[in-house]
Amino acid sequence: MIHAEDLTKRFDDILAVDGVNLNVGAGQVLVLLGPNGAGKTTTVRMLTSILVPTRGRAVVAGYDVIRQPEKVRASVGVLTEHHGLYGRMNALEYLEFFGSLYAIPQPHLRQRIENLLEQFGLLDAMRRRLGEYSKGMRQKLALVRALLHSPPVLLLDEPTSAMDPESARTVRDALHTLRSSERAIILCTHNLFEAEELADQVALIRRGRIILNDTIAGMKAALLGPPEYEARVVQQIDGWKSDLPAGVMLVASAPGTLRFQVDRPQINNPLVLRLLLESGLDVVSFQEVPRSLEKAYLAAVNMPEHP
Amino acid sequence: MTDWFDKMSDFVESVRFSLLITRREIRDQLRDWRIIFPVLALTVFFPFLMNFTARQILGFVEKYGASIIAERLVPFLLMIVGFFPISVSLVIALETFVGEKERGSIEPLLNSPLMDWQIYLGKLLAATVPPLVSSFLGMGVYLAGLFIKGVALPPFALLVQIAALTAVQAVMMVAGAVVVSSQATSVRAANLLASFIIIPAALLIQGESIVMFWGNFEDLWWVVLGIFVLTILLVRVGLAHFRREELLGREIDVLNLRWAWQRFRSEFVGEAATVWQWYAGLFSQTLPRMRFAVVAMTALAVVGSVLGYHQINRFMIPISETILQDLDENLHRMATAWALPNLLPVLMIWWQNVRVMLLAMILGVFSLGILGGLPLLVSMGVAGYLVALLSANGLPTLGYLAFVVPHGIIEVPASILATAAIFRAGAILATPTPDKTVGEVWLLAMADWCRVMVGIVIPALLLAACVEAWITPLVALRFF
Repeated sequence: MIHAEDLTKRFDDILAVDGVNLNVGAGQVLVLLGPNGAGKTTTVRMLTSILVPTRGRAVVAGYDVIRQPEKVRASVGVLTEHHGLYGRMNALEYLEFFGSLYAIPQPHLRQRIENLLEQFGLLDAMRRRLGEYSKGMRQKLALVRALLHSPPVLLLDEPTSAMDPESARTVRDALHTLRSSERAIILCTHNLFEAEELADQVALIRRGRIILNDTIAGMKAALLGPPEYEARVVQQIDGWKSDLPAGVMLVASAPGTLRFQVDRPQINNPLVLRLLLESGLDVVSFQEVPRSLEKAYLAAVNMPEHP
Repeated sequence: MTDWFDKMSDFVESVRFSLLITRREIRDQLRDWRIIFPVLALTVFFPFLMNFTARQILGFVEKYGASIIAERLVPFLLMIVGFFPISVSLVIALETFVGEKERGSIEPLLNSPLMDWQIYLGKLLAATVPPLVSSFLGMGVYLAGLFIKGVALPPFALLVQIAALTAVQAVMMVAGAVVVSSQATSVRAANLLASFIIIPAALLIQGESIVMFWGNFEDLWWVVLGIFVLTILLVRVGLAHFRREELLGREIDVLNLRWAWQRFRSEFVGEAATVWQWYAGLFSQTLPRMRFAVVAMTALAVVGSVLGYHQINRFMIPISETILQDLDENLHRMATAWALPNLLPVLMIWWQNVRVMLLAMILGVFSLGILGGLPLLVSMGVAGYLVALLSANGLPTLGYLAFVVPHGIIEVPASILATAAIFRAGAILATPTPDKTVGEVWLLAMADWCRVMVGIVIPALLLAACVEAWITPLVALRFF
């Protein structure tokens, strides 16, 4: 659904995006992570045919971003960083205006507007001036605008940044539903919890370059090493030693607790467990130590740059 | 035929999307009291003030029998009443793009499937309607006031003329402001650049006032036509350079003189390493690029001569034989005083001609190249008129030709080249150039103009000045 190849954008002497390659299929969510100014917005703007790539190509919903810009824009729903609402209009007028720009037939448009406003809890505020909306309401309305024409591709920049936890949950649920209905979604966010919940793939962008493109688990493994498992035992042992299988390393030991770093857990975890039991230890629990995406993210953005 | 109808219906359908933007923006403007109040004041209160002023002045001047001033004053004030709301409503046009950019509301619009021209047209119409409506309302109120108070209204034809003048002026100013708005990086920058619209428009109004007070009402149609052409060009420039990318890409106003100089220099010098290579480039690249402009300016020179020649029917001045009696003596004196090696007359003539070419450039800059041809048109018109004048008075035209041909054969082609270069600069500005900004296009066009001026026109004018000072008087002496 979204395919970008060597996508590059230069503004005079600034290389904003440098050779980005992306692939997002129908029913997939790609989370674009990266520090401010890394090139996320520029990438999204190239994918919506607003910026013309300096080099490379991209196909969005089957249309070329350089040769078929109008068709690309008609197939994409975009939530921008600035929500861009007209303060003197009410929500209904605003959405009817954008619906007309997308040539949605009138009777269907009104129904669609009401359904979406209801879904995001804005139906009661439909006739209120947008200038009176709270920040979170504006963000929800901008999201409704992006979804209005049922686009097969969604490019969302920080969709929940201004929302209260309940509204953010509603939006995340909506994104899950959209993914199930075969939409391809690119999500730019700094909210790593959200990224972890929604992402099928994560692309980490730094100084215009994608430095990592993988699943969340793959990214953590690549940046933080093999997963860690903690065994809690009844005995207050200290300084347990044994011949561990290849790919398993004891990384920490405290009275009643042993922590291992395990490569290929499917094969090695049963071996470790057996070893513990054979050593006469009564195992109370054996579980993976949670590792935050934040840790992996920070490791990635602080990685020394390759020439 | 079916194809044509299909295309037309597609076009109408496309324009419908522009009108959606227009409708939304006008509705938005009508909800903003900061726009409504000043416009209402100018459409309702100001015409009454003008009405009162007109009646007071009419009463005053008629006391002294200057009824002609009174007659001319009524249409003049009508024009002013129409102009004021336009200048105020210009604020709307100036912020049409850049204002939305600053408020962050432009991006969803740019993300819509509309084509660039549809967005531009929608916004242009939205910025044009309020000034036009308020102008015509104001003029209506002014005329109604005069009518109620029993003041004689100007003839209907003149009213139509002033209405047309106001309409084209409004559209021209709005079109200029929309170009500024689509290229500026902030509302502040757009407001600062507005003087480039307001000042020429105010000068134009002054010119029109002179024409009006002089009573040459039919000449105002030429002004209407000129402004109309300029408006079309401004719209074309706006459309040619409106790009989504530019609107979102540029964030700050930085005057990068170094970059500007480098771009100018690289265009001016080209790839030449020596003066000969530079001249080779000038003749093999720059001049061929100007061929259509040269043809147009040559045609303009011919038209100027013909028009000038025919002006004899309007402005016949009788010349008596006695004028020619002192000519021989004066020519002798001139030939002696300007003889070689006196450089002063050469430099004076040369500087005068260079100054005219610079004037042509300045006029061209403010009119997208159109008025750049004016000095050439006028000069050739005067030349044509003088031939007709001598001929009409039975005087020898061959002698007159002896006065102009020796240096004219160098001067006229040089002038044609200079005006063609500035005319082309305007044409380039109105042509889409996807990889360049308006400023860059203008910079490169000016570099081309400088190439032609430095390489050909200025040396040719120096040569023509030498001929005019040192040779022409001697040639003329042979014929008188």
